[in-house]
Amino acid sequence: MIFEDEPVPGYPLPILPGHTSPGRLERVLRAGGFAITTELAPPDSADPEEVFKRARVFDGYADAINATDGSGANCHMSSLAVCSLLTRIGYAPVMQISCRDKNRIAIQGDILGGAAMGVCNMLCLSGDGVQSGDHPQAKPVFDLDSLSLLEIGRTLRDESRFQSGRKLTSAPRVFFGAAENPTVEPLEFRAERLAKKVAAGAQFIQTQYVYDVERLKAFMRGVEDLGLLDKVFILIGVGPFKTAKGAEWMRNNVPGMHVPDAMIKRMAGAADQAREGRQICIDMIQEARAIKGVHGVHVMAYRQEDSVAEIIDRSGVLEGRVPWYPDRDKNPDRKAS
Amino acid sequence: MYWVRRWSVRRAGGLNRVYNALESLLVALAPLFRAIGYERLERPMAYLERSVKGLLFDCKMCGQCVLSSTGMSCSMNCPKNLRNGPCGGVRANGHCEVKPEMRCVWVEAWNGAGRIKGGLDKIRVVQLPVDRRLEGRSSWLKVVRERTEPPKPEARK
Repeated sequence: MIFEDEPVPGYPLPILPGHTSPGRLERVLRAGGFAITTELAPPDSADPEEVFKRARVFDGYADAINATDGSGANCHMSSLAVCSLLTRIGYAPVMQISCRDKNRIAIQGDILGGAAMGVCNMLCLSGDGVQSGDHPQAKPVFDLDSLSLLEIGRTLRDESRFQSGRKLTSAPRVFFGAAENPTVEPLEFRAERLAKKVAAGAQFIQTQYVYDVERLKAFMRGVEDLGLLDKVFILIGVGPFKTAKGAEWMRNNVPGMHVPDAMIKRMAGAADQAREGRQICIDMIQEARAIKGVHGVHVMAYRQEDSVAEIIDRSGVLEGRVPWYPDRDKNPDRKAS
Repeated sequence: MYWVRRWSVRRAGGLNRVYNALESLLVALAPLFRAIGYERLERPMAYLERSVKGLLFDCKMCGQCVLSSTGMSCSMNCPKNLRNGPCGGVRANGHCEVKPEMRCVWVEAWNGAGRIKGGLDKIRVVQLPVDRRLEGRSSWLKVVRERTEPPKPEARK
């Protein structure tokens, strides 16, 4: 959708009544659109062009781009810096904030700093344990957890003060999100935990990878029973496998991955496994979309980022809508393909 | 000890009743504590608390105990110190992502909460950020003071 008050890149949109941020993601969701978010792996580099290059592959297919914060506890360019670069040219980033590496003093500073740089969406996470990354000798901080982080973020925005009580001169206008994993144990706690996150201030949810539609449906029923469907926008995490072996590897090594055997079999039986992986992802998107209370998908295609455009295109969920990208309205052919 | 900790979660209902009785007793003793002086009692009480709760729950002495809200499974044993529920990395067998040999503290907590009267309501309450200044201090004395003294003006909202 094109907003009539479409801004100059780097300048915020006006905040509409009932909105908390000047961001495009909140607008798409509140306007009832099926939102597409995706994930950019921050480079192991100090070159801004590497960030722009990684963002361009999503042009025309993503409403917002997550910048991960040391995901998997591996060291990369910081999410705050990636987001700041992206807002310079008008992209709508989702700044991921992990509690693993910073205490509340640093995190509150980052929320203010990010908002000052034009970051409108922030995702509050606990973070992966340091043991899973490339610096297992590091000190895990975990001063906050994702819920107390949400609480602190909301205090900054709505009460215009730090946790200490000290007043801000200008509050960050941010759309706050959180993660949830609907398909891992303890399953009956998951919807309850989502309710806690909503109570703590989560306005949108991006889930972990979902490959089990039945578990997702059960989770969403739980969310509905708790009366949360009109209180939070839920985006389901999806992603393509490249090979059956890769799928098996992810199941065994990526924390929180639940991949049913049937999926692995389907991959192993395919002549073109990469294509089958993308097809599984498309099927998941379409099945997720049919579930009541699902407002979008979060496509995580680590090291296959250039497949996102094709997956979204073939899934048909944009229904002709072209999410904003630099030059969209002047030069529509420059869309990623 | 790990097996004692797991035993405690299985007896969460009984232990919670024991704790409630203890709390009532301590609150009744508040005038005595005030006469002796809370600061003078801090070290012996913290020692006692560390011994008892250390044995039963592998207590980490965060100084702001929420065991009654977490099914008698000490959430500070979570390697990520999560006080509001499990992370997304829980293994299919219900074990911890960081320490694969350990049951997820929050899988245990959910089970324990079901055994405590009102436990499933309490586990739904959002726990605020930990006050790290209280580490190593007695949580019991803190509860007694909170229940018998008016809150100080600078206390959090």
